[in-house]
Amino acid sequence: MIRLPIGDVVETAVDWMTVNWAGFFGGIKLILLWIITSFQTLFNWIPFFIMIPLIAALAWFLAGRGTAIFSVVGLLVIVSIGLWEQTMATLALVVTATLIALVIGIPLGIWMSRSNTVNRIVRPILDFMQTMPAFVYLIPAVYFFDLGMVPGAVATVIFAMPPAVRLTNLGIRQVPADVIEAARSFGCTGNQMLFKVQIPLAMSTILAGLNQTIMLSLSMVVISSMIGAEGLGIPVLQGITQLKVGLGFEGGLAVVILAMVLDRITQGLGKSNSEKMNAK
Amino acid sequence: MPKVEVKNLYKIFGSNPKKIIPILKQGKGKAEILKSTGHGVGVNNANFQVDEGEIFVVMGLSGSGKSTLIRCLNLLIRPTSGEVLIDGENIAACNKEELLRIRRKKIAMVFQNFALLPHRTVESNVEFGLEIQGVDPATRREKALEALRLVGLEGHEDRMPSQLSGGMQQRVGLARALATDPDILLMDESFSALDPLIRKEMQDELLALQTKMHKTIIFITHDLDEALKLGDKIAIMKDGVIVQTGTPEDILTNPADDYVKEFVQDVNRVKVVTAANIMTRPDPIAYAKDGVRVAVRKMREASISSIFVVDKEHHVKGILSIDKAVEMLKSGTHDPESVRRAIDPNVETVSPDTSIETLLPLVINSKYPIVVIDAEQKVMGIIIKVSVLSGILGEENEND
Repeated sequence: MIRLPIGDVVETAVDWMTVNWAGFFGGIKLILLWIITSFQTLFNWIPFFIMIPLIAALAWFLAGRGTAIFSVVGLLVIVSIGLWEQTMATLALVVTATLIALVIGIPLGIWMSRSNTVNRIVRPILDFMQTMPAFVYLIPAVYFFDLGMVPGAVATVIFAMPPAVRLTNLGIRQVPADVIEAARSFGCTGNQMLFKVQIPLAMSTILAGLNQTIMLSLSMVVISSMIGAEGLGIPVLQGITQLKVGLGFEGGLAVVILAMVLDRITQGLGKSNSEKMNAK
Repeated sequence: MPKVEVKNLYKIFGSNPKKIIPILKQGKGKAEILKSTGHGVGVNNANFQVDEGEIFVVMGLSGSGKSTLIRCLNLLIRPTSGEVLIDGENIAACNKEELLRIRRKKIAMVFQNFALLPHRTVESNVEFGLEIQGVDPATRREKALEALRLVGLEGHEDRMPSQLSGGMQQRVGLARALATDPDILLMDESFSALDPLIRKEMQDELLALQTKMHKTIIFITHDLDEALKLGDKIAIMKDGVIVQTGTPEDILTNPADDYVKEFVQDVNRVKVVTAANIMTRPDPIAYAKDGVRVAVRKMREASISSIFVVDKEHHVKGILSIDKAVEMLKSGTHDPESVRRAIDPNVETVSPDTSIETLLPLVINSKYPIVVIDAEQKVMGIIIKVSVLSGILGEENEND
């Protein structure tokens, strides 16, 4: 059996890119770092006794009273176990990664929905991004972007973006053919079709993609902290490495609370969108 | 010039559609072509004209190509070959901008399953066509409300489509099509998804609207009763071919082939067949200037017991029975003006578009045949009892 030199090729390629694309990666790093630290500074600048009511108000507005109460209680628990600052760092990372995933993922999903060729090419790439163990691309990410928040954000984007792409694609493809036909019969241009018909009708599904992206971003928190990203991954890692079960549990609990709050809020967003359509 | 004219229109689905047309011209059928080449025949050499203000119904069973045909008229489906002339302009050869202009201004479509935008209110749905034309919001709103009023939906403008019943949703669909004030309405099985009572109501309303609007309507249906009720002209499609085009009466009285005949078998002929279809030629006929003797000879030659008498403009004067005529002959009054005095002027007259349903009581109560007269009161034909019966039964009219 012939031994295919796949590993060697990848290694050479990564080495070559580290040397020759240093400027490009440096630029990306600067931009990402600026975005993340801006969010982090902002979230930590707002005191928790203002931030918690803000989040609760958003939750009430989008998802109802239950979620609002849960948000207040859950976030107060985080404050009381002394993990507020780390939670805000994690939130900054999640928000940044989600924004980037949406900025890339939604247009890519739209493109996939319009071309079967693009669809065929992109799908295996998405499979790769979702199933390739994160540790494998964590190392090149460190080569390209050094240690810290940035490679964490990049790894998070890679892992969390596929649902945004897939569900945008799916949502647009699921718009009923007769509605598309009706819009065409009235003389819609391609852009009018996209913005007045396809995206509004796909919105519930796209929002489900947003929800999934946020959830997957949170699941990368601990892995990101292995390459130096601040946030809730740090207490968890300390708990594991120093066998401090209690500390690890507290970090993990904070991740869960944050995840549940974000999940309920984004689900509420999707629900209020589809309720509007199916008003009875 | 006809409003819409379709010439030699073909639509073939498959990888190499142009190649199939010569095979179709050789007379091979849809099933045969699908089997031997894998191409689907949607429309096979369709030709028809629709005049302004006319309701043209295309009727056929599912798979007959009627939905493909109507979509070729606004190029939702691009024909493989042939011409679609709208006001003399071949839209199959239009560029993108011209096509958009035609779709926005001239042709609007109403769909089977309503195809409303579920995320928009009723009013915003109706505004859709105007919105994509870039009409300002105030004008849009005004026209949308007017269209909604026309279809009887005022007061519902802020509701969502999902809150409405099927019939109301289709009214929104109709209002949406009317809002852009198009010349031509394409209606693809528009009432088929509604339950029978609502369907009938919508048909009546469409006809009522049409008397006000005078749009050119092309209506697709699989329901013959609907076709007969709405259509000024009907085209019957089978396997992509238009097998017959004609008025509802034509279709019923002269089905072009067994396929059409089978279709029209179950129709309630009493409502559709008219006096014009069943009348016979008024032969022989007597003239008022004729003497009684001439009239009697005409009756004897034709072996009939009474004869209609007309003046020289062919206006009906009355009927002369053989008994009366013979009586006059015996009494010796046979001067040229004698006929005029002897006739019975009490004859029933009807217009040629009277249905059998209306004719039936007249025929039963009258002792003479009924006279069919045109708009100028001239005699067109007569109707005897037996032709009414054969009209109901759908037998061939031997005088045709």
